[in-house]
Amino acid sequence: MAKIDLSIAIEMATCSDPGRVRTNNEDSVLANPQLGLAVLADGMGGYNAGEVASSMATAVLGSELEHAFGVHPPHQISEDGKTWAHAALIDRVTKTNAAIHHAASSNAQYAGMGTTLVIVQFFDNRMAVAHIGDSRLYRLRNGELSRVTRDHSLLQEQLDSGLITPEQARFSQNKNLVTRAMGVDTHVDTELAEHAVLPGDVYLLCSDGLNDMVEDDEIALTLSSLSANLPLCAQQLVDMANDNGGRDNVSVILAKIKQPFPAPEMTSGWKERVQSWFS
Amino acid sequence: MAKLILSMDNLVLKEIPLNKERTTLGRKASNDIQIDNLAISGEHAVIVTILNDSFLEDLNSTNGTFVNGQQIKKHFLQNNDVVELGKYRLKYVNEAALQASQADFEKTMVLRPDMMRKAAEQAAGKPADLAPPIAAAVPKPAPAPAAADAVPLGAIQVLNGSNAGKTMELVKSLTTLGKPGVQVAVIARRPHGYFLTHVEGAKFPSINGTQIDTQAHELKDHDVIELAGVKMEFFLKR
Repeated sequence: MAKIDLSIAIEMATCSDPGRVRTNNEDSVLANPQLGLAVLADGMGGYNAGEVASSMATAVLGSELEHAFGVHPPHQISEDGKTWAHAALIDRVTKTNAAIHHAASSNAQYAGMGTTLVIVQFFDNRMAVAHIGDSRLYRLRNGELSRVTRDHSLLQEQLDSGLITPEQARFSQNKNLVTRAMGVDTHVDTELAEHAVLPGDVYLLCSDGLNDMVEDDEIALTLSSLSANLPLCAQQLVDMANDNGGRDNVSVILAKIKQPFPAPEMTSGWKERVQSWFS
Repeated sequence: MAKLILSMDNLVLKEIPLNKERTTLGRKASNDIQIDNLAISGEHAVIVTILNDSFLEDLNSTNGTFVNGQQIKKHFLQNNDVVELGKYRLKYVNEAALQASQADFEKTMVLRPDMMRKAAEQAAGKPADLAPPIAAAVPKPAPAPAAADAVPLGAIQVLNGSNAGKTMELVKSLTTLGKPGVQVAVIARRPHGYFLTHVEGAKFPSINGTQIDTQAHELKDHDVIELAGVKMEFFLKR
């Protein structure tokens, strides 16, 4: 199968910084524009265990998914009617969760480590989004910023139940409590969704170190002003979080859709195969 | 753990830890916090505590419940809030909030399902009747530490062309200059000053006749920026 290369259609940039207070960076980012894959993880756990968990998540998923989409293209429909992107993401996240959990339970210094996760896999003018915990995916379309993922956090549940208002949420002492994480248990509940993608869209994956320090309208202003220069845009977002106190590690991955990226026609594969029989 | 400090006429009577999910206040002996005074209703108010957050709710008391001088129906308690019930005052002290504000921003933690269930049950026990909290009781957002006040407000004035003489205040955190697709630069407003950075285009802008590179350049009072043939002066308003 022809190797996927989406880098003509999708530009990506990353930036990750320990912030102004912490000495270590427990966030981990991976961007593979050829494959159209972005993975961001925000680790937690004592000593350097958070770093271990988040870097395991990005490294293992980066290579596992590259391998998975080398076997089948992401848009291929599998037996259960779902895309291979959907099936592979769920499957590889489950396996990676088991690997992190195993490392945590077999090494005393990694006990209790875990990580949040947000993955975007672009394919066929769409994207599959998997997330666990409070790392987010935002989308800027026609100058309007919207949040694609919904946090798995106590705060979000309180908001959903109407116990507190978004205004009050800003002062909550429960901001740091996630209700789902990778690696803390043998099994993990991954939220997965597919969304249509349009040329001109700008996507932002970020750790809570960004959205806790920078208001959404400032994020929107930055994405719309600087999308022409993605690395500068990523750096600017991190600078803003740090200028506002930088109390946590801050990481961003940006993906800009420059042109449509439909899945390659299946027929060409058949034609080539038929031709190869006769040659 | 959060606690309440009960006092009357500036005399501390006792400290009450908020270690239960429901702490009731009233004149009757059945309350967790009993205040034997005729101004207090039998069942006056309740405090619902979920992990580090506490919510105060008035139970339709005759004389009402006041927080920091304002009558409330339901209130999300903040550190140092003062609850007034008749002549009695209850000060809410949340040490978790104090600790969090002291540099060590709390680290992300996973909420285990057993804790989660408890929180969910608490939430379910308090349904939508708590819906409209009093907007006025919500404290003002803490001013962003990015207090750009440290640096005086900057502005640019166009020096040539059809827009000559026009001034623009640099109020926003980012102001873009130039033509998208041709040449664009951005001025970022940061706590320690204003910075010009090239965004796109083959040509880079210049400051006082010297072309800048890809790095951000701090703007000084009366610097002249040239971009796509337009000259403009940066200045600080005092």
